[in-house]
Amino acid sequence: MLLDVQIPLRSVVLLLGGLLPFVLGGAALKSSSPARAQTQPAAQAPVSQLTQAQPGIVPPVAGQTQRGGLSVVVLDPAHGGTDPGARGTGGIRESDLVLEFSDQARRTLEAQGFRVRQTRQGNDNPSLDDRSAMANAQRGTVFVTLHISSTGLPGTVRVYTMTDFPAVTDKTGMIAWDRAQAPFLDLSRKLGDIVQGQLSQSFKGSPSSAQAAAVRQLRTTAAPAIAVEVSSVTVDDRAELERMAPGVADAIARGVAAFRPIYEASPAARALP
Amino acid sequence: MTQPWRVRLLGGLAFAVIVAAIYFPILRRRVQRAARLQQQSEEQARRELTLTLPANTGQPRVKTKLFWASSTGDGGLATTTIELPLSDDPAVRAKQVLNTLLAGPVDTELRTLPPNAALLEFYLLPDGTGIADFSEALATSLPSGIQSEQLAVDSIARTLEADVPQVQRMKILIHGQEMETLAGHLDLMGTFVVNTKPSQAPEKPAQTPAPPGSQPPAAGAPATDKAPAAAPTPAPPGKLTPGSAPGKLAQPEHKP
Repeated sequence: MLLDVQIPLRSVVLLLGGLLPFVLGGAALKSSSPARAQTQPAAQAPVSQLTQAQPGIVPPVAGQTQRGGLSVVVLDPAHGGTDPGARGTGGIRESDLVLEFSDQARRTLEAQGFRVRQTRQGNDNPSLDDRSAMANAQRGTVFVTLHISSTGLPGTVRVYTMTDFPAVTDKTGMIAWDRAQAPFLDLSRKLGDIVQGQLSQSFKGSPSSAQAAAVRQLRTTAAPAIAVEVSSVTVDDRAELERMAPGVADAIARGVAAFRPIYEASPAARALP
Repeated sequence: MTQPWRVRLLGGLAFAVIVAAIYFPILRRRVQRAARLQQQSEEQARRELTLTLPANTGQPRVKTKLFWASSTGDGGLATTTIELPLSDDPAVRAKQVLNTLLAGPVDTELRTLPPNAALLEFYLLPDGTGIADFSEALATSLPSGIQSEQLAVDSIARTLEADVPQVQRMKILIHGQEMETLAGHLDLMGTFVVNTKPSQAPEKPAQTPAPPGSQPPAAGAPATDKAPAAAPTPAPPGKLTPGSAPGKLAQPEHKP
């Protein structure tokens, strides 16, 4: 009987002794994980987590695995709130009109199966960084900021992409927020050229390819990003501009759809988390 | 109150009324003059800057290229060549050409910068960074839009590139302050590439001394030839190159 009791007791002690290294090892691993997370580039973390945790940086695009294709379009009706943007003599306000253009583009893009987010729905004015953050927090995204100019040949539309500037990463591999667009410049140019090509077919007198300009909104956007500027608030009748909205929306939607395979095949997009 | 005191009081009051009647019109004229002076102060400051600087009467005239909007309406720039008595000092020279650019072309439709904007100061750092400090009107009176703002910056950068080779890159300040954007669109946090070539000596002046007291023409347009279209090639003149965190000047980084 004694033996019968002692054998299970010994077995339990041996079992507990055998498990102890694993328990201690697990605790040690758990306690060391925060330190490792601090020293590692946050390459494996989702973009949204990174942007929430560290607003001054955007995640690196290198060394990550592909998670999906292009599915989201962030539309940015520029200005709003106390900033009316360009104003025409006939009382035309850029901030009002771009909202109409954005609503039209959203409907057209959603009909093509894209998920669409708008940086503003009403007459408010999010900061430039908040607008970029909306795109930076998404995967598989393109960013389109919509403007009406106060100059240029009325009835034409121009597409702009950010001018060249080098990407600079720190030793952890993070890209500075203020140059988030740098890794996407090539993709942005391709998207810009495609959309501008579509627009030039619908709006005679528009350029045939996208132009480079140092647009502040584009610089902090970590996605293929373009600015679409319609000319102009100098028209006598607001209806002239409103009639352009379906054509602009259609060109953006067709352009983004044509850009999708290019995006999905690009190393920069494949590297996104 | 006795009779004599009443007479003295009334006499004093009558004297005060007479003095006031004489002095009030003078005071009113002075107030009106002061108000007029206040209204003109910004315009006067601009004139003082534009009139005093280019008056290098002893300097020989040199061919100066200025970039205003193209008359074809394509949204590009066109070169206008005029002869100006320019200084050999690059910072003063930059002020002279930019003030002439601000004065505008003969055809005011081809302006790239607002007529009420003024160049307050131009600094040239030893590393070739030019800092152009403009009055607030550059931001507030410039037509809002990507196209118009890019054209304004391009016209400044390309004029400096053509006439002041010592300026390698340019930072734009508005009334001494660093601004996020020019008029809501164009990024002013970085520097704009002006000249990618190494600094050269200014063009040898033509041997035609300026007549005393001569001023640069507001927009003489003797030789206007179309400037090459602004192409989105890497590091073209007038393109932004944010080289550092906001608030710091960018370091040279663009290579042609």
